[in-house]
Amino acid sequence: MTGPGIEKFDEMLAADGSVRPAYRGYHEWLSRQDTGLMRRKGAEAESVFRRTGITFNVYGEDDAEERLIPFDMVPRIVTGNEWRRLSRGIEQRVRALNAFIHDLYHRQEIVRSGRLPLRVIQNNSAWLPQMVGFTPPGGVYTHIVGIDLVRTGSDEFMVLEDNARTPSGVSYMLENRETMMAMFPELFTQVKVRSIADYPRNLAASLAACAPEGAGDKPTIAVLTPGIFNSAYFEHAFLADQMGAELVEGSDLRVVDGRVQMRTTDGYRPIDVLYRRVDDDYLDPLTFNPDSVLGIPGIFDVYRAGRITIANAPGTGVADDKAIYSFMPEIVQFYTGEQPLLPNVQTWRCADKDSLAYVLDKLPELVVKEVHGSGGYGMLIGPTSSRKEIEAFRAKLIAKPDNYIAQPTLALSTCPIFTKAGLAPRHVDLRPFVLCSPDGVEITPGGLTRVAMRKGSLVVNSSQGGGTKDSWVLDD
Amino acid sequence: MLGRVAEGIFWLYRYLERAENTARLLAAGHRMALTRRTDEATQEWRSVLITLELDEDYDKVHQGYSGAQVCDFVLRARTNPNSVLSMFERARTNARTCRSAITREVWEAINEGWMNLRELLSRPVREANLGPVLAAIRRESSLARGATHGSMLRNEIYAFARLGTFLERADNTARILDVKYYLLLPSLSYVGTALDSGQWENVLRSLSGERAFSWLNAGRIDARSITEFLLLDERFPRSLRFCQGAMHENLDALARHHGGKGLAHESLARIDAMLDDRTVEQVFEHGLHEFIRGFITANAAIADGIARNYHFQP
Repeated sequence: MTGPGIEKFDEMLAADGSVRPAYRGYHEWLSRQDTGLMRRKGAEAESVFRRTGITFNVYGEDDAEERLIPFDMVPRIVTGNEWRRLSRGIEQRVRALNAFIHDLYHRQEIVRSGRLPLRVIQNNSAWLPQMVGFTPPGGVYTHIVGIDLVRTGSDEFMVLEDNARTPSGVSYMLENRETMMAMFPELFTQVKVRSIADYPRNLAASLAACAPEGAGDKPTIAVLTPGIFNSAYFEHAFLADQMGAELVEGSDLRVVDGRVQMRTTDGYRPIDVLYRRVDDDYLDPLTFNPDSVLGIPGIFDVYRAGRITIANAPGTGVADDKAIYSFMPEIVQFYTGEQPLLPNVQTWRCADKDSLAYVLDKLPELVVKEVHGSGGYGMLIGPTSSRKEIEAFRAKLIAKPDNYIAQPTLALSTCPIFTKAGLAPRHVDLRPFVLCSPDGVEITPGGLTRVAMRKGSLVVNSSQGGGTKDSWVLDD
Repeated sequence: MLGRVAEGIFWLYRYLERAENTARLLAAGHRMALTRRTDEATQEWRSVLITLELDEDYDKVHQGYSGAQVCDFVLRARTNPNSVLSMFERARTNARTCRSAITREVWEAINEGWMNLRELLSRPVREANLGPVLAAIRRESSLARGATHGSMLRNEIYAFARLGTFLERADNTARILDVKYYLLLPSLSYVGTALDSGQWENVLRSLSGERAFSWLNAGRIDARSITEFLLLDERFPRSLRFCQGAMHENLDALARHHGGKGLAHESLARIDAMLDDRTVEQVFEHGLHEFIRGFITANAAIADGIARNYHFQP
């Protein structure tokens, strides 16, 4: 989708064909590799993923209950300097997000100051009135955050999306690195890459630091999964395993004596920190969703009594809303007193009359997203849609403008992938993973690079056929 | 560890053990059928189905007992919810559910095993291919057991795994002996004769014990010695006595871990009373069939006891 006049940025090669600094070491290594061997390595990687069960369940497909996310062997590389700049921006944004969510559930200073309209919160389906006036243990809402970044030029990184609710993908980040190191050990002796292997330990330490008072110095941590049919089950099991925590399902948990307890072979035993990978709606049928048979009746009362930490905090999803996203520059400034180091992508709120008129006029050029949507579902990419699709979307937009935001179609940077015909550029994004605790903010160097495997496609979501790459931060 | 996960692990190893024993039984049945008249071969396949308690399900969808049909039913038929393929599938589902309780090596062995067998059993198994398929089933199960042995901590999880293995194995050995004994009865004027050594050898073969037995007995073969071997020999890893010892070891480990014995130990004491200081003559006097039935019941009660002691269910 690099139409005339839009300059596209390739991560490896500059416009004149020269290799960018980040890729010098890698490119030199690659030029000495045999193409036949590289092809065999690709097949090898796939069989490793199958065998180790690194799979992904796709909703709505009967025959393919477990699918592999395509893995590409060309790493996404950023230099140490680029990363230092990025991580400052990420840390600033994550601190602001946490302060913002706290404020939303307390005095709402940002609304009082006139920087954020009240309706944006009132219309937000992730808003939880039950959280009003309550502060989670350690004051942390967003224990684990994924910030989706896109790049359009050498110095132009932008935030495309904040994932404060339950960011996923970190297991792929870790497994991609393991796979690369197993396949190309000599590459890692030639190019020095910052390690990411501490992530599970850091996650456990970060969660433990958020344990409620009285939990002692070795709090019990459990990972709550919806079960093996969930699309991210592999990741839930992986993280529990790596942290040495129990992987629990709702049916294992019960409120006993004012604590959330899990059914062990010794009977019920209390949990201090619950890293939940289920939505708010399925946490507590008594509080949120009386029709749900899932969840742990009474867990929210235990939470409000300060006797368990739930990560991420219920109600954190307000910040993932794309209407909120459009206010992030103001939000960052309001809570940090600084200019945002990482810009947003320009965003039109269709709730505004003037913006809506503009968006309707320019629909074939824009990307339009649902404010509560995620996973690449329910969006329009104007330039790749047929006239019929655009008109159908136009009708939806007019019927419910509050439900949408629009953005320019960005020339996302490309990174080469291996194809049958050799290297070919494909669009990528980058999701760094951030841990927050009272001890501070910890950003794992790199993150998960998602790549659109189809030529020209801008959709990198794994639910839509996107793949992943190992993501390197050079130790330079 | 979680009660649900303990249950998952326990059954994971039961499924693996049963899949493996089923393959052994089919291999022995096939060999038997090759060397016998048609009516005897039919009888042999029927006894395989009875041993596996699949005869009623089989009769609902099939008439007659050809080797191909029986093998297909036992190994892979969709009409058989207890086929070897679905047992491996359940083992693998349990391994996924209990992923954080097993090592990566164990998971990979089970996952790869399932992938291989799913491929091998994706179409009907031709007779020429039966041997390799049955060997593959045993091999995949052995690999999972070997990975378990070589990579798992000797903790509570391991104890549940081993209990699943030996409880299932004891049950399978008992059933094979029981069915064969009944089947062989018409040809036995009295216990102790060597009327049909081929049949008895087949019992041993179903339990992979033919070599061990002839080594111990210098090639002589008779019903009394074979029964003694399968019930009471503490050296043979598929005998009831051996399984009893392994169950003791692992139930004791659980008792140490949890600070006390429970219902499962009580049921195991019943098995002790049946096997300790027992001679094979006493067993025959009492009646082998009654003896085995009593054993199977007590063995099942151990499984119930474990489930209740260790909170498998809410």
